[in-house]
Amino acid sequence: MALPKYTETRYRIWHYFYIAICTFVFIFLIAPLFVIFPLSFNAEEFLVFSEGMKNLDPDAFSLRWYKDMVYGTKNPWGLAAKNSFIIAIFATLGSVILGTVAALGLSSRHMPFKGIIMATLISPMIVPLIISGVAIFFFMAKAGLAATHTGIVLAHIILGTPFVVITVTATLSGFDHSVTRAAASLGSNPVNTFMKVTLPLILPGVISGGLFAFVTSFDEVVVVLFLAGLENTTIPIQMWTGLREQLSPTILAVATCLIVLSTLILISAELLRRRSERLRGINR
Amino acid sequence: MSSETKQILTTDGIPLEISLKKAERKNKIKAFLLVAPLLLFLIITYIFPIGEMFTRSIDDKMITNMLPKTFKSMETWDGKELPSEDVFASFLSDFKILVEKKEHGKLAQRLNKEKNGFNTITKKLFRQVKRNKIDETQSIKEQIMKVHKRWRNVEYWQAIKRTAPPYTSAKYLKAMDMYLNEDNKITQVSEDRRIHRILWLRTVEVAFFVTVFCFLMGYPIAHLLATLPMKYSNLLMICVLLPFWTSLLVRTASWMILLQQQGVVNDFFVMIGLVADDNRPEMMYNKVGTYVAMTQILLPFMVLPLYSVMKTISPSLMRAGKSLGGTPFVAFWKVYFPLTIPGIGAGCLLVFILAIGYYITPALVGGASGTLISNQIAYHMKTTLDWSFASAMGLMLLGGVLVIYWLYNKLVGVDNIKLG
Repeated sequence: MALPKYTETRYRIWHYFYIAICTFVFIFLIAPLFVIFPLSFNAEEFLVFSEGMKNLDPDAFSLRWYKDMVYGTKNPWGLAAKNSFIIAIFATLGSVILGTVAALGLSSRHMPFKGIIMATLISPMIVPLIISGVAIFFFMAKAGLAATHTGIVLAHIILGTPFVVITVTATLSGFDHSVTRAAASLGSNPVNTFMKVTLPLILPGVISGGLFAFVTSFDEVVVVLFLAGLENTTIPIQMWTGLREQLSPTILAVATCLIVLSTLILISAELLRRRSERLRGINR
Repeated sequence: MSSETKQILTTDGIPLEISLKKAERKNKIKAFLLVAPLLLFLIITYIFPIGEMFTRSIDDKMITNMLPKTFKSMETWDGKELPSEDVFASFLSDFKILVEKKEHGKLAQRLNKEKNGFNTITKKLFRQVKRNKIDETQSIKEQIMKVHKRWRNVEYWQAIKRTAPPYTSAKYLKAMDMYLNEDNKITQVSEDRRIHRILWLRTVEVAFFVTVFCFLMGYPIAHLLATLPMKYSNLLMICVLLPFWTSLLVRTASWMILLQQQGVVNDFFVMIGLVADDNRPEMMYNKVGTYVAMTQILLPFMVLPLYSVMKTISPSLMRAGKSLGGTPFVAFWKVYFPLTIPGIGAGCLLVFILAIGYYITPALVGGASGTLISNQIAYHMKTTLDWSFASAMGLMLLGGVLVIYWLYNKLVGVDNIKLG
């Protein structure tokens, strides 16, 4: 972004002002995540930087809250983490399967009523979560699935499929359909064609949709607050209760773990995106 | 002429046109069958329940089913003077059935909502019925009227008649701080009880300003990301994507730490001498906290669509603008900015829709003055258990969102929404 030498002073000033604004916004976006890191190693119980921490005194840091998170007697994090992972994995599987199959149908040029069906399929993404929460709760209560894992998994499938539908249809938009016809002409049945030809080609889209679905389920708190009983507590629910009642440093330890997890997810999503862009480039 | 042109046949002798149509229909069915599982699943578990919210929000059948005979005989009553003996008799017989089913309490509760004072007089009537004090061979009207003076008051009978229709708009009116008065006119509730309208206004206000802040902060960085060389922009993109993938609660927690009175932001203000150490401003549990946290949380939803639109704008357009004599500002305003409008539309729509239904962050950092309509819906769902009222408010919110969505679709087109 170097400026040419002939730039007038006022544009020069404007340019530095613009860079300053951008720097501020980037700090605003990313800095909050970094406050959590050091504080989660705090030796004391307060959520402020102690004098010792400011002087980088090694005694002021400890793994106390991480130990509390894992071994703490009254801490529900173990159960919550187990539930969260189970629910998120099944919800992701469900969303990916239903969403991918639907996306295949949607991107066929023979699909009737495409507009209205697409709108219905992605509606859970557009409708405010609180309303989805109320509606899904009514259904689950009637079906006797409130406060069960099955109910929460189904709810998260509802919320997760729009992401899969969108990413997979986007991937399929650059898909060359002559390869499936080639497979068919070589005697492959549709299922075999899908598994051997289509799926490997759209896999980046499917996985990135799956990542969206996983994060949606893993993070989801509004709907799950309506549905969950004591047995189905998840990490977001525990964080929510913790943040409402007492802000203990254990929460920060959990939050740090979650940031690490989201960094991993971000890296895999980025790699997938680049791969899929490359693939689409080849198809063109 | 036409008789001379031969119909084209396929190898098995079927006219080509029919054969093609058949194949087309087969393809259509195939495509539809692929979509069908998800569509059915969503219709059953999601679309129908939203419809059910509507029936629940206007449903008032409970009392219609409780007093069937009363309402039947009330049909002929003009509602001006006390009803006839006939109405009293059917009311008593309905009431007796309710007493047997032990449902008279529910009736009293519902009627009391319609008009204050029903609780006492229903209880009195209940005691008389329980002791078999009412002699059905004599005038029931006279006897009921003797139970309590309010049974002699025509207003109470009018109130009963008002509850007759199986559907009611009361919940919707209540959400707007209004109610139907005795003359069936829409009236406002007294000033000190108008809480919902404030919440609606505040919700719209917060969503609007959060959208504006997100736009003001998101536009410059989206522009920077789109114009920087790939290797720098990829690095900076992490600053946008990492918050995007990080749990909402984690980000809210970090704002709670940053904004508290002994928090980092206040420390910083004290350090640069903006505020005195003993006079640290309260930045959490009020609107400031809600605005700051929500803006940061929703900012990626503004930046990503803007970025994907800006990325497609060729830099030579700006150069062309400048070479034709425009100053950089003019070139930006006349050439670059109009091209980014689809991105602005998509970003603003996403942020506004997400912000208007926000619930978690306002509940945690908003305090009393930061609660929004979603918090009220959750409160009625979980605490007061007035599900029909929660449904009514939810549907009003949904209506608002759909109107915005429709407007957006008219102005910009929905196809412009992109994820990352």
